[in-house]
Amino acid sequence: MRIPSARAIRDDVASGRASAVDVCRAALSRIDAVNPSLNAFNLVDHDRALAAAAALDRRRAAGEPLGPLAGVPVALKDNLCVRHMRTTASSRILERYVPPYDATAVARLEAAGAIVVGKTNCDEFAMGSSNENSAFGPARNPWASDRTPGGSSGGSAAAVAAGCVPLALGSDTGGSIRQPAAFCGVVGLKPTYGRVSRYGLLAFASSLDQIGPIARTAADAALALAVIAGADPADATSSREPVPDFAAALGGGVTGVRVGIPRAFVTDGVDEGVRRAFEGALETLRAAGAALVDIDLPHAKYAIPVYYLVATAEASSNLARYDGVRYGHRSARGADGGVRAMYSRTRDEGFGPEVKRRIMLGTYVLSAGYYDAFYLKAQQVRTLLRTDYQQAFEQVDVVAMPTSPIPPFRLGEKTADPLQMYLADVFTVSANLAGLPAISIPCGFVEGSDRLPVGLQLTGRLFDESTLLRIADAYERMTDWQTHTPPA
Amino acid sequence: MVPSVDMATLSTADVERIAALAHLELTGEETALFTRQLADILAYAEQVQTVDTSGVPATAHVLTDGIERDDDPRDPLPRDEALASAPDAAREAGLFRVPRVIG
Repeated sequence: MRIPSARAIRDDVASGRASAVDVCRAALSRIDAVNPSLNAFNLVDHDRALAAAAALDRRRAAGEPLGPLAGVPVALKDNLCVRHMRTTASSRILERYVPPYDATAVARLEAAGAIVVGKTNCDEFAMGSSNENSAFGPARNPWASDRTPGGSSGGSAAAVAAGCVPLALGSDTGGSIRQPAAFCGVVGLKPTYGRVSRYGLLAFASSLDQIGPIARTAADAALALAVIAGADPADATSSREPVPDFAAALGGGVTGVRVGIPRAFVTDGVDEGVRRAFEGALETLRAAGAALVDIDLPHAKYAIPVYYLVATAEASSNLARYDGVRYGHRSARGADGGVRAMYSRTRDEGFGPEVKRRIMLGTYVLSAGYYDAFYLKAQQVRTLLRTDYQQAFEQVDVVAMPTSPIPPFRLGEKTADPLQMYLADVFTVSANLAGLPAISIPCGFVEGSDRLPVGLQLTGRLFDESTLLRIADAYERMTDWQTHTPPA
Repeated sequence: MVPSVDMATLSTADVERIAALAHLELTGEETALFTRQLADILAYAEQVQTVDTSGVPATAHVLTDGIERDDDPRDPLPRDEALASAPDAAREAGLFRVPRVIG
């Protein structure tokens, strides 16, 4: 049985129509039924979840106030720290790591009454677009099990799409919430950089990383964002910008909303079925009163190289901490050669190929002689890209693109050529580089031998998640895409 | 000054040098694979060098606020907890143990 929406569960638990324990049991039994084929979870903690649910039911019985996510089962991408719960980032180097603290986003979810059921599969250290870089094997797409659920938050998206949980957290450095949400036919929101504290998120690229919700509806995404957003003294990059009542933004229409389409950018390499779904979504918005405006983002074509130069540089620095000393794997291959040999062997054994590739690339672009030509240059083009968006937002309220140029591809199809895999991120990386919020919502299917979901991406102004959620919610009421469920 | 970077010159020795900087002991197979793949990726990334960026400041981050806070002391992670995940710790002494550092 598929689990109901977060809002429905919260209302039922708060009013006593359902017990948190019963809801939790239903989620766990759905996970137990589908996870052997989906591999969406790295860890499911039945006992901890049921104990938390029972505690919540006791609080309700005692008449204590319950939070906005009371009794809602949630899944967490396995790069989010949970105190005393194994957190691996799908890496051998952290295979047995048990964090001594909670990520702020996780602590806020639990304080709001959410019940953590487990940790979801992802690309190692969130580096990848297909989940195939997980040390524990890829999660699979509930719509077609020989295909990727997307990445890097593929397990979170698959778990929501398969009806295991109504809500999951992912992290998004270059599309890692939005692309798997698109591939699995669910809603994924990357908030504005700084909107959600990154404390307790295992760092990949610190100027780009952002935690956000994956859900079946915009309303559930709004509910989750309101809980996890807001300043945090433990993350100096978290913003003090006031957090609006995101749910209050819902319910309206799209009349007068100006939707920008970067026509010159959304051209080559877009799959025909994806293009049809995208154009259909634009037509639906237009018919509902939105204005479609052609815009130009002249530097968007450089977003992929800029992203892979900036992100790998930051990753090479962030991942220097995995050295076999304070936590994680340490090589057993002798101590001859001293501490330096220990570091190098530990890291060779602990990291998978994509992580090593990115550490190598990042180390290269930061090294003497190449810093100016690659890293500094990329940071300057990043400024030009930000300016493109600032200018676009003088004319329009949101920018629309397909989330991914292609539908979910087959596992193994792109693993031999890393550059081809990177190019699939063409429409998602800009939002991270510019720090902007962006959402992916289901907007149709590519029909073939498999029925494969397509996502519409909307990018908004800094801290204007409300407009994205409002359009997403209105679009849901104009269509029925989010009611389609995968065959599994 | 932007040096002219010719990717055809990315050699096995370059990859070995980068691996040493990154503390990665790569196998011969990995070195050969990465030499080819990194050359491909860098050749693609070279297109950023065609953009005119004269006078354009670099973006290191997009923060709009919030980078300072009061420097108040807070409770640190208890020592036992900090040592609990270490692959080799001298718990009684409260230390991480590592192989020989000075030769």
